[in-house]
Amino acid sequence: MNTFDIKNLDLFYGDNHALKSINLAIPHKQVTAFIGPSGCGKSTLLRTLNRMNDLIAGVTIKGSVKFDDADIYADVDVRKLRTRCGMVFQKPNPFPMSIWENVAFGQKAQGLTDKKQLDAIVEEALRSAALWDEVKDRLHTHAFGLSGGQQQRLCIARTIAMKPDVILMDEPTSALDPIATAKIESLMENLRKEFTVVIVTHSMSQAKRIADKTAFFLMGELIEHGETQQIFNEPNDSRTRGYISGDFG
Amino acid sequence: MLSRNQKDLVLNGLIWLSAIFTVFFLLWIVFYIVSNGIAYVDWAFITDNYSRTGDEVGIWPMIVSTIYMVALSLAIAAPIGVMTAIYLTEYAKAGSALVKVIRFCTESLAGIPSIIYGLFGLTFFVGVLGLGFSILAGALTLAILILPVIIRTSEEAIIAVPLAYREASYGLGASRLYTIVRLILPAAMPGIATALVLSIGRIIGESAPVFLTAGMVASIPGSIFDSGRTLTVHLYMLTTELYTQHDWNMAFATATVLIVLVLMINLITKLISSRFNKASY
Amino acid sequence: MSSTSAIPSSEVVSKKAMQRCKRRDFVEQAFHLLFMLSAFIGVLSVITIGFFLVTESIDAVEYAGMSNIVFGLEWLPPALFGIAPMIVGSLVSTAVAVVIGVPIGILTAVFLAEIAPKALVNVLRPAIELLAGIPSVVYGFFGLVVIVPLIEQVFNVPSGSTILAGSIVLAIMILPTVIVVSETSLRAVPKTYKEGALALGASKIYTIFNVLLPAARSGVLTGVILGIARAVGETMAIIMVMGNAPAMPGSILEPARSLTANIALEMSYATGIHSSALYATGVVLLLFVMMLNGLLMYINRERVK
Repeated sequence: MNTFDIKNLDLFYGDNHALKSINLAIPHKQVTAFIGPSGCGKSTLLRTLNRMNDLIAGVTIKGSVKFDDADIYADVDVRKLRTRCGMVFQKPNPFPMSIWENVAFGQKAQGLTDKKQLDAIVEEALRSAALWDEVKDRLHTHAFGLSGGQQQRLCIARTIAMKPDVILMDEPTSALDPIATAKIESLMENLRKEFTVVIVTHSMSQAKRIADKTAFFLMGELIEHGETQQIFNEPNDSRTRGYISGDFG
Repeated sequence: MLSRNQKDLVLNGLIWLSAIFTVFFLLWIVFYIVSNGIAYVDWAFITDNYSRTGDEVGIWPMIVSTIYMVALSLAIAAPIGVMTAIYLTEYAKAGSALVKVIRFCTESLAGIPSIIYGLFGLTFFVGVLGLGFSILAGALTLAILILPVIIRTSEEAIIAVPLAYREASYGLGASRLYTIVRLILPAAMPGIATALVLSIGRIIGESAPVFLTAGMVASIPGSIFDSGRTLTVHLYMLTTELYTQHDWNMAFATATVLIVLVLMINLITKLISSRFNKASY
Repeated sequence: MSSTSAIPSSEVVSKKAMQRCKRRDFVEQAFHLLFMLSAFIGVLSVITIGFFLVTESIDAVEYAGMSNIVFGLEWLPPALFGIAPMIVGSLVSTAVAVVIGVPIGILTAVFLAEIAPKALVNVLRPAIELLAGIPSVVYGFFGLVVIVPLIEQVFNVPSGSTILAGSIVLAIMILPTVIVVSETSLRAVPKTYKEGALALGASKIYTIFNVLLPAARSGVLTGVILGIARAVGETMAIIMVMGNAPAMPGSILEPARSLTANIALEMSYATGIHSSALYATGVVLLLFVMMLNGLLMYINRERVK
C-alpha cells in the first residue's frame, strides 16, 4: 500500500529543469529516505509532496502526485493536504511564542478553541516527540529558551499535533549536534509505527540507520530506489555505488 | 603650495570644525529655548485655558487639540498603512505592474511638500466635503501625509519576519490570514510601533497643513467637527504677537514643551527599537 | 494512534465542518479584498491631489496667462499674479542654505563615519536625530529670536528678516538629512577600498577625500537632494524669519517671500481667481520638487548599474 504515487513528475524553476520525470511510490507507514548530493532535487521533491513549492514564484509542475489516490495538484485542497502531510524543516523554526502555543498553533488555526482539548493534544504530541518530560513544567515559557535539539523536537511535536498521516522531514538534524541528532533518530523508531515518514538527509549513515526504503537522486533524476539494505549493499547503478562509496558528493 | 601634510591638517581641522558646529547649533537651539522657557512651564501653564484677552494663557486646549489630532490621524492612517504593507508583502506579486503603480504613488506622496497637503486639504476636506475647519479635516489631511512613512516602515518590519515562520505555518495547513494575524503581525509589531511613534512626531511637528485645515481656534474642541489649534500652530500664532516680555515668555515656554515632547518621542523610538533588536529572531 | 486519541481525526468531514470551511474561505477572500482596497488609497490620494492642483489652477492660468504668472514681477491680487519674486525667493534661500549646510553636513558625516570614536558617535547620532525631530516652528522661533537680531546687528540692516536669515535656518534644518544619508553611504563603502589606499601609504585624510567620498558619491548626492527638497518645501520656519515681502529681492540681505509662504499666508482667506493663483503657485512648487525627485531617480539608477 502506497501513501504517495509520483508519476512522470517534471518540475521547473523558470527555465531550470529541477526534477526530471520522476516515478516513485512511497509506501505506507515506512521511513523513506531521499539521498543525493546538494542540488540533486531531493528537497524539491519533498516540497512537492505538500505543495510547499507553491510559495515560490515561477515554479511549474507537470505529471501527477497522488496522495491516497487523490491528485494533490488537481483534486485536493492545499491547506487540507498540509494538515495531513506535516513538515519539519532543516533549521528548527519554532514560532516566537510559548511552547504550548507552538504546539497548539496548527489546531487553533483550524478553528479548535476548546482549552481542555488543546491541552490534551499538546501533551500527547509532546509525549510522542519525546519532549514532554523535559518541558512539562514550563509549557508557558518562550520556545526560544529551548536548546536546538529541543526546538527541533518541538517542531516535530507541532507537526504531530495535527495528527497527520505523513511527516516530511527536510534534513531535520543538519543543524544539530550529534547528541541531539541521536535523540531525534531514536524518536524515529516510534514515529514509523504511526506515520509515513519521508526524510531528506545528507548523511548516508543516517539513511542507513533509520530508513526502510532509500531513493538516490542525481541532477534532478531519480537514479535508483529500493530497500535501504539493497541500495547500500548492492546498488544496481554505478552512479549510486560511486556516491555511496564517497567518489563524489 | 601647501604640502600634503599641511593639506591633511587643514582638512582634518575642517572636519572637526563642522562636527563641532553641528553639535554647537543643536545645543544652542535646545539650551537657548529651554533655558528661557522652562521657568514658565508650570502646572497652571499646562492645565489652564487660553483667551485672546490675556486673562488666561495656558496651553491646555492646544494639548487637547494636539492629542485629538494625533489620535484621529493615526486611527485613520495606521490601519490603511499597515493593511497596504500587508498587501504589498503578503498578497501582491512582487514586481507586478500593480505593485509598481502603488509603490510609485506612495513614494510620490512622500515627496510632496506639506504645504501642498494643506492646500489640498483646505479645498477638498474643508471645502468640497464640507467638513469646515475641523480636527477631522486636519486629521484626514495629516493621515495622507504620514501614510508613506507608515507603509514603508511597516513593510520593512513585515519583510524582516523570517520566511521560516511562514513556511512552518503554511506547512501546518494554517491559512494566509491566520498566519498574518497570529504570526507575522505580532512578530512585526515592534517595527510597526516604531513607524507609529515616528508618525506621532511628524503629526505634532506639522503646522502649515494643520492651520489651513483645522483652523486656529484656541479652545478645547467639543468634537472632531470643531476647529482646534495644535501646539505648533499656537507657537506660530504667539510669535506673530510678541509685544511684552510676558508674550516672549509664553512663546519660549510653548517651544520648550514642544522640544520636551520631541525628546520623549525619540526616547520611546529608541526603547522600542532596542527591544526590537534584542528579539532573538 | 488509537481511536481514543484526543486529537480530532482529520478524516471525519461533518457537514458542520464543511460549512465552517466555506465561511472561513469567505473571510479570507474578504480580507484579501480589504487589503487590496487599502493599498489603493495611496494611489487615489495622489490622483486626487494632482487632479485638484491642475483643475483649481486653470482659472488663474486662463486669466493671467502662464508666462505672466511665472515671469510676472508683481503680486497684487486680485489683479496681478506674478510669482517670479517668490520663485527667486525660494531658489535663492535654498541655494544659500545648500552652500552653508551641505559642506558642514558632509564633513560631519565624515567625522561620524571615519574619525569620531564609537562612544562619541553613540552620543552624537541621537543628538542629530533630535535635530531632525524638532518641529519647524521651533526652528522658526529660534531664527526669529536669535538669527534675525544677529543679522540686524552684524550687517546693520533695518530688519534682520531677510533671505540670509531664512537660509541659515534652512541650513540647520537640512543638516540632519544630509548627515544621516551621507554617513550611511560612507559606511557602506567596502572596507577593501580603504585598506587598499592605506596600504599604499596614503594618509587617512587623503583616503577619505580621494577614495571614500568619491565611492560614496551617489549616496551623498542623494542626501543633498533630499536636503534641498526639504528646504524648498519648508514653510513655517521661512515665514517666521524671511519677512515675506512679495517683491523681487535685490540681495540676500533683503526680505523675500517663498512659494510655500505665498500659499500659507494667503490661502486661508483667498477666494476665486486669487485662490486659483495660489494653486498655480503650488503647481510651480511641485514642479521643482518633481525635478529633484527625477534627479534622485537618475542618480539611484546609476548606482544600481
